[in-house]
Amino acid sequence: MKNLNKTTQKLITTIAVIAVLYAIMQTMQSTGNLSSLMSGLLVPVCAYSLVAVGLNLCVGYLGELSLGHAGFMCVGAFTSAFFSKAFQESIPDVPRFILALVIGTCAAALFGFLIAIPVLRLSGDYLAIVTLAFGEIIKNVINVLYIGKDSSGLHFSMKDMMSLGMEPGGKILVNGPQGITGTPRQSTFTIAVILLILALVVAHNFVNSRTGRAVKAIRDNQIAAETVGLPITKYKLIAFTISAAIAGVGGVIYAHNINSLTATTNNFGYNMSIMILVYVVLGGIGNFSGSVIAAVVLTMLPEMLRGLSNYRMLIYSIVLIVLMLFNWAPGILKFREEHGITSKGILDRFKKHKEVQ
Amino acid sequence: MKKRLLSLGLCAAMTASLFVGCGSNGSNGGGDNVETSGELTWRLGGIGPTTGGAAQYGQGVMNAIQIAVDEINEAGGINGYQISFNFQDDEADAQKSVNAYNTLKDWGMQILEGTVTSGACAAVSAETYNDRIFQITPSASSTSVTEGHDNTFQICFSDPNQGTVSADYIAENGLGTKIGIIYDSSDPYSSGVYQNFATEAANVGLEIVATEAFTADNKTDFSTQLQKCKDAKADLLFLPFYYTEGSIVLTQANQMGYAPTMFGVDGFDGLLGVENFDVKLAEGVYLLTPFAADAEDEATQNFVSKYEEQFGGTPNQFAADAYDGVYIIKEALEAANLTPEASNEEICDALISAIQEVNYNGLTGEGMTWNELGEVSKSPKAVIIQDGGYVSVQ
Amino acid sequence: MGFLTYLINGLSLGSVYAIIALGYTMVYGIAKMLNFAHGDVIMVGAYLVFMCMSNTGAPAVVSIVISIVCCTALGMLIEKIAYKPLRRATNLAVLITAIGVSYFLQNMALLIFGSNPVSFTSVITWQGISLAGGQLKITGTAIITIITCLIIMVGLMWFVKNTKPGQAMRAVSEDKDAAVLMGINVNATISLTFAIGSGLAAIAGALLCSSYPSLTPYTGSMPGIKAFTAAVFGGIGSIPGALIGGLLLGIIEILAKAYISSQLADAIVFAVLIIVLLVKPTGILGKQIKEKV
Repeated sequence: MKNLNKTTQKLITTIAVIAVLYAIMQTMQSTGNLSSLMSGLLVPVCAYSLVAVGLNLCVGYLGELSLGHAGFMCVGAFTSAFFSKAFQESIPDVPRFILALVIGTCAAALFGFLIAIPVLRLSGDYLAIVTLAFGEIIKNVINVLYIGKDSSGLHFSMKDMMSLGMEPGGKILVNGPQGITGTPRQSTFTIAVILLILALVVAHNFVNSRTGRAVKAIRDNQIAAETVGLPITKYKLIAFTISAAIAGVGGVIYAHNINSLTATTNNFGYNMSIMILVYVVLGGIGNFSGSVIAAVVLTMLPEMLRGLSNYRMLIYSIVLIVLMLFNWAPGILKFREEHGITSKGILDRFKKHKEVQ
Repeated sequence: MKKRLLSLGLCAAMTASLFVGCGSNGSNGGGDNVETSGELTWRLGGIGPTTGGAAQYGQGVMNAIQIAVDEINEAGGINGYQISFNFQDDEADAQKSVNAYNTLKDWGMQILEGTVTSGACAAVSAETYNDRIFQITPSASSTSVTEGHDNTFQICFSDPNQGTVSADYIAENGLGTKIGIIYDSSDPYSSGVYQNFATEAANVGLEIVATEAFTADNKTDFSTQLQKCKDAKADLLFLPFYYTEGSIVLTQANQMGYAPTMFGVDGFDGLLGVENFDVKLAEGVYLLTPFAADAEDEATQNFVSKYEEQFGGTPNQFAADAYDGVYIIKEALEAANLTPEASNEEICDALISAIQEVNYNGLTGEGMTWNELGEVSKSPKAVIIQDGGYVSVQ
Repeated sequence: MGFLTYLINGLSLGSVYAIIALGYTMVYGIAKMLNFAHGDVIMVGAYLVFMCMSNTGAPAVVSIVISIVCCTALGMLIEKIAYKPLRRATNLAVLITAIGVSYFLQNMALLIFGSNPVSFTSVITWQGISLAGGQLKITGTAIITIITCLIIMVGLMWFVKNTKPGQAMRAVSEDKDAAVLMGINVNATISLTFAIGSGLAAIAGALLCSSYPSLTPYTGSMPGIKAFTAAVFGGIGSIPGALIGGLLLGIIEILAKAYISSQLADAIVFAVLIIVLLVKPTGILGKQIKEKV
């Protein structure tokens, strides 16, 4: 391992940890020791982790705050679920899922690309609000989208079911706010974990590639980067598109794990975008494995707190505030350092970020 | 490197302990409404939003089930066994609803009464269908809930049912000639009722002059939608959404001096229970409801007074449906002569056939029966609000 | 006549957005943070007014004053506990903490006030005026909301420009470190900003619920997001910008609903926002960001 650089070592460790956890989970599941709640959470946790990794690429390496990543997740989820539903009878399971995955990812990447062209001219909080706006537009449009299929082909409407003009016996594929019901359940824990590891490798390779170094240079000092002749827009576009594509993969996984796919504020609106941002910030900006850990912990937390019944979400919010203070407040960090309640990783992250600032 | 490995290892250990902790946690479930005694009981689960924007509907259901369960337990339980009840929050989100369902499954749930909202219910009914757990929903009215799931039954009217009955009723009684519609285009329930209403309206020759929508993100201001209906000279407004928004619509229409006939569906029930609401504004509003909190019969009065005493506030129709649900399950279980020793699959299969034989008189309807599609037979009845109370008009 | 009615409705809605946006914009200008909990302080303010009026029968003005005092205290308390320890950390950390505070306030309100909506009694009893033979009706609530918004805006601009604490605010907003060197107590100034912002939130809460009278623990979150959008629209950090942003957002929202599509009103509002920001990347009245070399 000596001749590998630090970040690669870290990536390998992370993947090893995920693989071990995966093995533990699989064994527990097959021996029946895993609770239904946990087995039900395995796939969604991977989906959220994927989106968090995607967003971290954008926040941590591109240095731009996006509040619209749930929108890309939404695009990935709906396009892939639509494809799976539309060709449920005509294509066998495995190739259909692979195609759905490709379509969902590409659609999210395409949206990311299209949105990035105007958006990346802005910076800071203005960029954040524009991405939030795009996310909301996507959600709003999907909520009024009706698509049906009958013998004469596909029918679209942006108004209601009646204006589809369907023949009797036609099938409604996307039913406005009811979304897509009956997507085949094909996301297994194995597929989700493989995709998560793949995303980690892609993200890691990207930030350490020539392009990735250029992106980091732009983040740290755009003017200097411009001066040495880096094509700023091109690199920013690449990074943003990859980030959106990874979020799209998360969406595909999410959609193929649930029977009823709807676009609401909680699952694809700004609430979710903010939640994913919480994973990224809590896990450490620029730290992919941190994002995964934070996504896992914060998805589990409200489920574990179910015993508190009415006080559940209240305690959850307090834990969130305390965790943030514990991880980020300079005073507390100093205290932790003095009293040895620290891990080198957190401090490294903090220092790295101070330099960025 | 060593330290880094250590920290990563620690993180992994923490995560693993989370999983393990959660696994053991799941088995004893949550909520103070869980009986922990070791004896054999019926395990009744409930799911609905108790936090988030739809919390008032979920909490009503949770409280009402609790009342019914307490009553039944006091009277000796079902077939001699007490009921344990566990209600889990889903924030009206499909994924969280599935999580809540899995939590209940770990707790050992045998029968599910839930979930409250349509979108979440469609996700959960796919799960109960696979796991063969009997499910009855108090309030998820969309057809996607019961479609293809033989184990899922509804206590409330279905969306098509409400939309069709409303259109027929308006046409038969000549309540209006020019119809304006305002509906929530981001809500499955609201848009479902609207579409069925519009389809039927075309059949019975009602003229729809304005169709206006709002969304979950845009439900504070209705002045524009009302103004457009007014400009289109609509003399009847069809309002298929919940009373929370309903109270705003009525207030704003009053401020504008616009007074068409208002026609709400079952979501409007609860309007009179909104704290501090000026009931004069609701005067003359038509709505479809199976339940009236101020009905004179003993059962209703008993339920309402218990609800007010234990939880405060007036129960709405969600609560009444949920209260009935527990008794319907009781009747079906008694008819099938089951004990909690039976497996979930046995209970499910027995209940599916038993519930179709049940003929139940409850707070929300007389002689309710169910067909194999899971729909209830009771037909929506129109009432009109007069002097701050419901008056039946049929 | 229809158009005028829509315009007035839009102005009224926009005024509420503007008052909320003022809270966002002041905090952003001085502490450089997005206070996502602001919308929930509005909800708390509205509940306080409601409780005072219905439980003790206090007159509207007294209730609003009590609510302003309580919200001011609440705002300062939140700042002290949740934001101040993160003063020297990254902006994103404070943003997340603010979200935590927002969840906390919502769930606290859910436990205290319950989930059932309450119908808010309008603090304005005046019925309004009728023009053009009753064809154009302007409600008292709309008129008072618009006037209050203007008064608050002018008052704030005067305060920031002509008083010592106001000048301290501007100095902190320009350059925190230089302000310290000038002998300004930065912590006190930031506290004061939160106090003013939260006091405004109480007024906004009362006005919001007077126009749209259904109050639940989640009432504040969506207007909060919209007002945040409005603040960015007008140029975040700028007081007149918040006013212009708020009013424009309200008018666009109402006109989009009236003339284009009520289903897609949200999408249209956000699309306009995006176009404006592409033309003027720092909002309508925002300062140009100086590029450092």
